[in-house]
Amino acid sequence: MSSAPAPVWNNKLIKWVDDRLPIFTLMHGSAVAYPTPKNLNYWWNFGSLALFVLVVMLMTGIFLAMSYTPHVDHAFNSVERIMRDVNYGWLLRYLHMNGGSMFFIVVYIHLFRNLYYGSYKAPREILWWIGVIILLAMMATAFMGYVLPWGQMSFWGATVITNLFSAVPVVGDYIVSWLWGGFSIDNPTLNRFFSLHYLLPFVIFGLAVVHLWALHTSKSNNPLGVEIKTPADSIPFHPYYTIKDFYGVGVFLIFYMFFVFYAPNFFGEPDNYIPANPLVTPPHIVPEWYFLPFYAILRAIPDKLGGVVAMFGAIIVLFFLPWLDTSKVRSAKFRPIYKQFFWIFLIDCIVLGWVGANPPEGHFVLIGQISTAYYFFHFLILMPVLGFLEPTRPVPASISQPVLKEKA
Amino acid sequence: MASSTTHDHAQPSPAAPESGESRRDFLLYATSAVGAAGTVLALWPFVHSMNPAADTLALSSTEVDLGPIAEGQSITVTWRGKPVFVRHRTADEIKAAQGVDVKALREPQADKDRVKKPEWLIMVGVCTHLGCIPLGQKPAEPKGEFGGWFCPCHGSHYDTSGRIRKGPAPANLPVPEYTFLSDTLVRIG
Ligand code: HEM
Ligand code: FES
Repeated sequence: MSSAPAPVWNNKLIKWVDDRLPIFTLMHGSAVAYPTPKNLNYWWNFGSLALFVLVVMLMTGIFLAMSYTPHVDHAFNSVERIMRDVNYGWLLRYLHMNGGSMFFIVVYIHLFRNLYYGSYKAPREILWWIGVIILLAMMATAFMGYVLPWGQMSFWGATVITNLFSAVPVVGDYIVSWLWGGFSIDNPTLNRFFSLHYLLPFVIFGLAVVHLWALHTSKSNNPLGVEIKTPADSIPFHPYYTIKDFYGVGVFLIFYMFFVFYAPNFFGEPDNYIPANPLVTPPHIVPEWYFLPFYAILRAIPDKLGGVVAMFGAIIVLFFLPWLDTSKVRSAKFRPIYKQFFWIFLIDCIVLGWVGANPPEGHFVLIGQISTAYYFFHFLILMPVLGFLEPTRPVPASISQPVLKEKA
Repeated sequence: MASSTTHDHAQPSPAAPESGESRRDFLLYATSAVGAAGTVLALWPFVHSMNPAADTLALSSTEVDLGPIAEGQSITVTWRGKPVFVRHRTADEIKAAQGVDVKALREPQADKDRVKKPEWLIMVGVCTHLGCIPLGQKPAEPKGEFGGWFCPCHGSHYDTSGRIRKGPAPANLPVPEYTFLSDTLVRIG
């Protein structure tokens, strides 16, 4: 995976193992000697943070599953038992519940970092695609996890989201009853969601390995957006970035634990502490915060199928971004106009999230429609056109050049 | 590979080299096709296992006693895990439902095609947009701009015949199969 020469192992046991299964050579190449651009800033910490959160989710999830019962008559009470009776059950659950939100915070920052520094461009298109697939898998996982405690929001969120598929022409209703395993969200649905909620994080883990494989083939992008050209442009991953990533984990843990210990229900909905009731819809159904922008796009289109297409389209469009962005310059640092549109786009996404959190009435309808239109305008029109028209600033010849110039 | 060996050795073979090649190719393609089709067929049991099971499918029916429902009142009963609205309509509501220009509706349907007896409106109480339960069954609940039902999830308005009049829902509230067993007893399903 790395261009560094294979290490020589002096320890006899390590050498014996490595000759048969070169696991030490692999680790050395990808986490020790791996040549990393020397100018990475803190926005490059969020990939390792995402991996950290994934491991926390796997750990807490596996232990929660030991006390959780996936049955409509017992699910809600088993979660309450985890909270009250299981030793440290409250901690496991709050780590898991808030961990879901942390995962999305970290991954969204990671994604916007890529948008800013143009990291999706050649030769990193496949690396970017795997990232988008991971995002889709995370969304499916989090959606199904939220159903498991079987509260009112679990039930009605699941009803609304699964009903999206009824918009598919001809076979829509058939798909929905296939997803449910019945005529409404019921025990078969809860059972399969638990099965898939257990499975998908391991799929995500596998995807993360492939993501890193692609990364270590093309190497990290960096704030300047120019490739590593000479050995002077890079430093070994260990100790420089291992220590920086651990430092990032420390800072992140302060943030994460603040919510776990002092505001554990900050990201949650009070309605989800009411057991699911298939005959009463709560007055205001909202998805988890990380789905709000997409929920706003869904509701902006006054047509059922159109809304569903736009919502999925909002993510599918990301797959085409490497070609929609026609600029030859990667980093926004040298793209004075794109840099401003980047921030406008970020604000647009936040506005969409705000609209998604509010009932679709009054001026929210219009704001939602305008910001949905802008979302697609950004990708489909602005990005292609800007690449041709924008006067870019001169890009340095190498990563080392700007540093050397400053010194001189 | 196959072609180069054949040509290098230039041995006389019973069939022309090309025909030997195409026979091999044919066998390879045919075997691959059968293998691929078999794999796809083997997936079906897995997919189908997720469809409603036999016990879930076993058609359940629900009987409703209409006797205690006074004019202007509604009740909600459960049928196949879904709410069914049973409404004893007032004369005004019936008149409003019948007076609508059918052609102007999103899903054109005359009121008489949605009821067996005009005073009894029976329909599945699941919003045809994304499956919430519309409000309007209880006196205190909002009934929307057309005096029928209002879905709070994304703002769909249904009229006194349960037809969609405004909002994102694409269709009228569906009318289930039902039979009057007597004047005051109905079997749904
Ligand atoms: C990608 C990683 C994961 C994400 C994003 C995720 C997300 C979630 C979410 C949002 C909930 C609802 C929490 C609540 O409101 O109570 C949940 C519940 C649950 N998850 Fe996960 N999860 C992940 C991995 C796992 C894994 C690997 C397992 C292992 C089996 C697991 C087992 C459970 C269980 C048993 C519950 C129900 C208990 C509860 O509600 O706290 N999760 N998950
Ligand atoms: S579910 Fe009723 S309006 Fe959307």
